[in-house]
Amino acid sequence: MTRDTLLRQIIDYDNRADPYPLYTELRKKPVRQEGDELFVVSTYWEIKSLLHDPRISSDARNLSPGAAGTLLQEEEASPLPPAFLRLDPPEHDRLRRMTMRPFGPPETPRRVHDMRGELTRIVADLIDGFGDRKQVDIVDDFSYPFPVTVICRLLGVPREDESRFHSWADTIAAGLDPDPDQDPGERRRVTQQARTELGMYLSGLIDARGSAPGDDMLSELVTGHGPDGQMTRMEVLSTAALLLIAGHETTVNLITNGTLTLLRNPDVLERLRDDPALAVPLVEELLRFEPPVQLLPQRTTLADIDIAGTTIPKGASVWLVLASGNRDPKRFPDPDRFDPDRKDNQHLGFGSGIHNCFGAPLARLEAQLALTALARRLDGPRLVADPPPYRQNAVLRGPRHLEVAFDGLRA
Amino acid sequence: MSGDGALERLRREGRIVIVGASLAGLRAAETLREEGFTGSLTLIGDEPHEPYDRPPLSKQVLLGHASADRTGLPRRHGLDAEWRLGVAAAGLDMAARRVRLADGDEVEYDRLLIATGVRARPWPHPAEAELDGVFVLRTRDDAARLQRRLAASPHRVLVIGAGFTGSEIASACRERGLSVTVAERGAAPLVGALGGVIGQVAAELQREHGVDLRCGIMVTGLEGDPAGRLRRAHLSDGTALDVDVAVVSLGATRNTEWLAGSGLGAGPRGIACDAGCRAFDVRGIVTDDVFVAGDVARSPHALFGYQFLSLEHWGNAVAQAATAAHNMISSSSERRPHLWVPAFWSAQFGVNIKSVGVPSLGEEVIVAQGSLAEHRFTGVYGYQGRVIAAVSFDQTKWLEFYQRQIESAAPFPPDYSSVDRRAEGLQPVPADFPDPSLPTHGPSVTVSGYSPTDQRITFTPARV
Amino acid sequence: MRLVVDLNRCQGYAQCAFLAPDVFAMHGEESLLYNPHADEAQREQVMRAATACPVQAIRVEDPDDAPAPAEGGLSGVR
Repeated sequence: MTRDTLLRQIIDYDNRADPYPLYTELRKKPVRQEGDELFVVSTYWEIKSLLHDPRISSDARNLSPGAAGTLLQEEEASPLPPAFLRLDPPEHDRLRRMTMRPFGPPETPRRVHDMRGELTRIVADLIDGFGDRKQVDIVDDFSYPFPVTVICRLLGVPREDESRFHSWADTIAAGLDPDPDQDPGERRRVTQQARTELGMYLSGLIDARGSAPGDDMLSELVTGHGPDGQMTRMEVLSTAALLLIAGHETTVNLITNGTLTLLRNPDVLERLRDDPALAVPLVEELLRFEPPVQLLPQRTTLADIDIAGTTIPKGASVWLVLASGNRDPKRFPDPDRFDPDRKDNQHLGFGSGIHNCFGAPLARLEAQLALTALARRLDGPRLVADPPPYRQNAVLRGPRHLEVAFDGLRA
Repeated sequence: MSGDGALERLRREGRIVIVGASLAGLRAAETLREEGFTGSLTLIGDEPHEPYDRPPLSKQVLLGHASADRTGLPRRHGLDAEWRLGVAAAGLDMAARRVRLADGDEVEYDRLLIATGVRARPWPHPAEAELDGVFVLRTRDDAARLQRRLAASPHRVLVIGAGFTGSEIASACRERGLSVTVAERGAAPLVGALGGVIGQVAAELQREHGVDLRCGIMVTGLEGDPAGRLRRAHLSDGTALDVDVAVVSLGATRNTEWLAGSGLGAGPRGIACDAGCRAFDVRGIVTDDVFVAGDVARSPHALFGYQFLSLEHWGNAVAQAATAAHNMISSSSERRPHLWVPAFWSAQFGVNIKSVGVPSLGEEVIVAQGSLAEHRFTGVYGYQGRVIAAVSFDQTKWLEFYQRQIESAAPFPPDYSSVDRRAEGLQPVPADFPDPSLPTHGPSVTVSGYSPTDQRITFTPARV
Repeated sequence: MRLVVDLNRCQGYAQCAFLAPDVFAMHGEESLLYNPHADEAQREQVMRAATACPVQAIRVEDPDDAPAPAEGGLSGVR
């Protein structure tokens, strides 16, 4: 990566609060070569097409040595094998199917739907917990604890252990972040350490669930039998780690970005307060406008691919900038406008193709319920700082804190 | 009509008549209104029902998950159309611009859209077809009758013809726990549409789900008891089979008889039209006020050497109806060609089968991803060194890539590495389509390699 | 309430089957079966599904008493 490239500016923390003007620059060349073996794709149709292109691999083992040298080697020496996120078919498909069995259709179609009541209660409890305060940090007091509580219950991870794996999850997520200023060796070491500790923690849980299974997903991953057989212990470990980290590091940003966006668009906030059904299209627009996963830096080419006038050679690293594709004026009219009434919103917020977000239906529901409840219950909410301070991570982008002042809570 | 004034008048106060009140007819009517047509709109349908969706009939409805009388298509509000339902069109006078109805009434038009679709080909022996227990499946009334009979737990169901509809019926029967025999004249189910290589996978699916599948077999006769109830089927191998239900799934016949003598280029192969959906007359001259859409149309396709394609596909009805409607009320420079890439789906035995392009044009097929043995794969068809079609079994998310390969005439066999390429996918094999001169039951795409403007062709008038 | 899914467009993301399980069901890994005439009481569920559909394949008829909107009284479709 050369200095002062657009990519470097995007990664630069100084631009975290508003990378969108940089994406506009990026889209002037839909497929941009950065260094020898890194290609950045920033326009909607090109991203969409590569997400459905079988010549693109998600398996880091297919990177050429040059491309692999720059980043993302953590898993090479990791105690955990890659989870399905980092695998290609057929392994990806098999593991994802097996993970889906206890989570969704066809085998468990009602699980997410039936969580509505519980999710609503968790949200209400968290807001009640604001007590008499007139200012809260939406991140620490609401949009972090909510999805974490949910993923813990879903997986069957004791909530009281949360403080332990909180830091592992953060560290592992930071490992995704292509921060050029960090010593790669040191980062790899820290990430591996976190993965090892998380793996050992989950390993103990797996033993416990194996001998006394509950109705949680971990128990069912450990004991489940389907047409694909049973997961190996290592597969359960890496799958559980993936779900736990995903549950920690993504929905928090969706809800926080949503709160921020609503406070910046008070007319929409007003509408949501009066019409909870607006939450449904609003969350879709949010996924377009401020997606929690800004880019996918983990794809590689299995063959030369000609796209938008550029040939991406075999073995190159490909970054798909979803958040930029979501603002592509060739796909979305007036793309920088937050418009919950937008039609035909086929955003890339959850990716597309076989690696589309596994937890999407749950994340949708969580964000809908969380934002509706905040809109309804906060009286006179306003931002204390705009922009708020952001997390370091350029990939899983979102505010680190979001201080919101308000006049009181409605019942 | 000529000149902008005439077009404006047509759009404002013209009379548009649509013959055929199913998917294509409805979508055309909606498009006309969406594009600002404010004149009178009449939809004529031979069935007494509002437009309904057919694909659920062989799936949800036969499974008992949805009721046959509740598959009505969503309709645009304010369509403001006159519906003439339950009365078939009986004739067309092109000179007088008039459609004659079966009840003797006549309806005049400025623009006519013909979307009369197809009907199930009946069992060829009328007396046997009359037996209680012999069914076809095309309409919602057919589906209601068959569903009732399946719910009464027949001893054994015989499905005659293993095209998509026949295979879906067999799948629904097995899911209901009924004993099923499928008799297919070809070497495997779906061979007409997908060829023998993929057909073998369809055959495995059927057998693994307990279907008594008999290929290379014809049903030679259906026998009733003295009360007129079906009790036995006779097969071409000399055996007989005790059955109390037989579903005839031998493909479809195009509803063009009503156009006999009209001077329109209509016959058993459908109604020929140009890429802009304008019908040809018998002289091969394109008309300017008669348009065609849906199953009954056959039109030249730029992607397939301008061969005339008849596509009995849900998606074709939707796309062609929208194009035809647009062109009906547009000046010639604003007209669009119907360039929809053929696509269809079928759900059977728990597997989602989807296709893009025209597989039956394929000479060879390669398993580009996945594995035939696992029943999860993407097969890619080649024709003269280019990709012409693809089919997926439970791998639909990859299909849009192959659609682009078809659209860009990408070389076949694929010369690149991809995920999930197995050893079996390294070499193309003959796609193994049956001899087209001996069509199997109900191929869903028919390619006729000539245009009606070709001097060598002879027009085949419809049987009266 | 009438609805129809364009199953050519559908890629089996199953969001509808998650969010409106009383109306949409996966049959196998990626085949979708649905009730083409859902109860009016299920409208909220159906709209959640139609809105979330990543390929916008679900077309829903508006309620009878709704005013005719500009986009033609059909929701959840481009």
